[in-house]
Amino acid sequence: MSPASDNPAIDTIIDRLKDLPGALLPILHEIQHTVGYVPAESVPSIATALSLSRAEVHGVISFYHHFHSEPMGQHTVQICRAEACQAVGARELEQHATRKLSTELGCTTADGTVSLEPVYCLGNCACGPSVQIGDEVHARVTPERFDTLISGLEKKQ
Amino acid sequence: MITVYVPRDTTACALGADAVAEAIKAEAAKRNLALNLVRNGSRGLFWLETLVEVATDKGRVAYGPVNAADVSALFDAGFLEGKDGHLALGLTEEIPYLKNQQRINFARAGIIDPLSVDDYTAHGGYAGLTRALAMQPQAIVDEVKESGLRGRGGAAFPAGIKWQTVHDTPPQQKYIVCNADEGDSGTFADRLLMEADPLQLIEGMTIAGLAVGATQGYIYLRSEYPKAHAVLQAALANAYAAGYLGDNIAGSGKHFDLEVRLGAGAYICGEETSLLDSLEGKRGMVRAKPPLPAIVGLFGQPTVINNVLTLASVSSIFEKGAAHYKSLGVGRSTGTLPMQLAGNIKRGGIVELAFGSTLRSLLEDFGDGTLSGKAIKAVQVGGPLGAYLPESALDISLDYESFAAASAMLGHGGVVVFDDSADMLEQARFAMEFCVVESCGKCTPCRVGSTRGVEVIDKIRAGEQRDDNLILLEDLCETMEFGSLCAMGGLTPFPVRSAIKHFPEDFGG
Repeated sequence: MSPASDNPAIDTIIDRLKDLPGALLPILHEIQHTVGYVPAESVPSIATALSLSRAEVHGVISFYHHFHSEPMGQHTVQICRAEACQAVGARELEQHATRKLSTELGCTTADGTVSLEPVYCLGNCACGPSVQIGDEVHARVTPERFDTLISGLEKKQ
Repeated sequence: MITVYVPRDTTACALGADAVAEAIKAEAAKRNLALNLVRNGSRGLFWLETLVEVATDKGRVAYGPVNAADVSALFDAGFLEGKDGHLALGLTEEIPYLKNQQRINFARAGIIDPLSVDDYTAHGGYAGLTRALAMQPQAIVDEVKESGLRGRGGAAFPAGIKWQTVHDTPPQQKYIVCNADEGDSGTFADRLLMEADPLQLIEGMTIAGLAVGATQGYIYLRSEYPKAHAVLQAALANAYAAGYLGDNIAGSGKHFDLEVRLGAGAYICGEETSLLDSLEGKRGMVRAKPPLPAIVGLFGQPTVINNVLTLASVSSIFEKGAAHYKSLGVGRSTGTLPMQLAGNIKRGGIVELAFGSTLRSLLEDFGDGTLSGKAIKAVQVGGPLGAYLPESALDISLDYESFAAASAMLGHGGVVVFDDSADMLEQARFAMEFCVVESCGKCTPCRVGSTRGVEVIDKIRAGEQRDDNLILLEDLCETMEFGSLCAMGGLTPFPVRSAIKHFPEDFGG
């Protein structure tokens, strides 16, 4: 028997996917997709279901940049830091973004609106600098365009 | 009814293609015009996105770059009849950027609806599989060997030899794994292929399964590609529904299942053994080789692991024959390589050419120089682990051997252009910094060497014992190159050393 995680949605996900070969990443993806992050309290139930130690599950979560153990802001804004975007102003955009949002890369704004994350390539390298908000990639993002995108998010509040 | 095409790939959408498609629908409704709007993949001419096409008697006519605000004017100018005028580019196939390419992998890109099996088969798709189904497994492997196809992921290992090893292992559960973890900055060929012509990859993997006796395949796709994920999932479902996957492929009684698995934002998982660990549900740690994945691969079983373009190429090799494929290219670099023009470039996009063209021709004839209009200072070929080449080295031939001879790497064909405002010390520092962030941590030269590398470069920048620290940095590069377990630590010295060698003035020299 798996110990329940106090979250029926998480238990359902684990139960549905645990028999896949190499089930851990699909389970983590599904939990993050549903809950928004991978809560620490889900680790023991995942570990039991897959016959792993909690340390192993935690090790996997912390290895991958994509998985988060803490709740994120309402919107995740990823700025590409890789070379093709650097060549068209990504370093300046990154500085502008951290100033504009008064936060650092890898952190969430004080009001919880935006999590600003670094990303290394979105595959939009012919038309950088690239920014991804949620699942939407934006091309040729100048500082002015960045401000427009961010004010669009704030209006959605 | 008139058919209008609006691309749906990541870059077109990042430039507003969805809004353009909506505006075209709305404008047509307003004018009481019936039209058939197809969301095709992209032609890969990203500097012209959103590239809208209209089917006419003479062929498809292109308009671009189109913004939603242009749509009303396009209707006024008669674009539905293919008339000249606002943003008109003439016949798509006659645009020199496209016309002067030799497209194999991207022959169908932007032409077909990526999800339609009927479109795919109407344009030569599944002809290769049909041929392969009538062949013995060894004959399939021989055809791949004969084609000279080499791995497109970067290492350029002959695909047929890998396949032979898996073929020769005793019958047991074997796997075909597609490395779709395209993490190199400046590369997007895998992404576009999966978004514009995913069935080509699916067909290639199915042929690989027949060749080596594998009944299960996995596409390991990076999580940064949500659109490619959606397209692949839909294309897989359509291939199953059409009977091209499953336990009775095209009525042959042969069996092949295929599934997409998502990575989770770790660059190192593009390294094949680390990818296999990740697929197994572990941290993406690099494995020591031997044993080779061909013998002990996924879940400890014999596994063919190839890049997206490698596996996709297989479908055209079987459609047109190994001899045709081999007739393109130079020396041991056979076939075509889709080059990707990125960074500070006026005309960025996919340029698929037979091996043997020059980097200068690519940058000048296709790329038309920098986006900023300034002089080219440096070009990084082959991703973040590739060397920085100076302007004076641009006449290099685009083939694996010429790049190896120049201590550079053609890799996956990504070309990132920097203008004369680039600071090459910063670029060298970034190479080390990237290695700090993305190292799997298993071996010391990579894990610790990269951190020390950032520190030493900072000291050089500060002018602190500059000459001594440059010697130290060279020592460190040597340790990383020869002491690291995989290409991550082993190749990070390439961008660093090439920056120092070709741009000493940026290092205070």
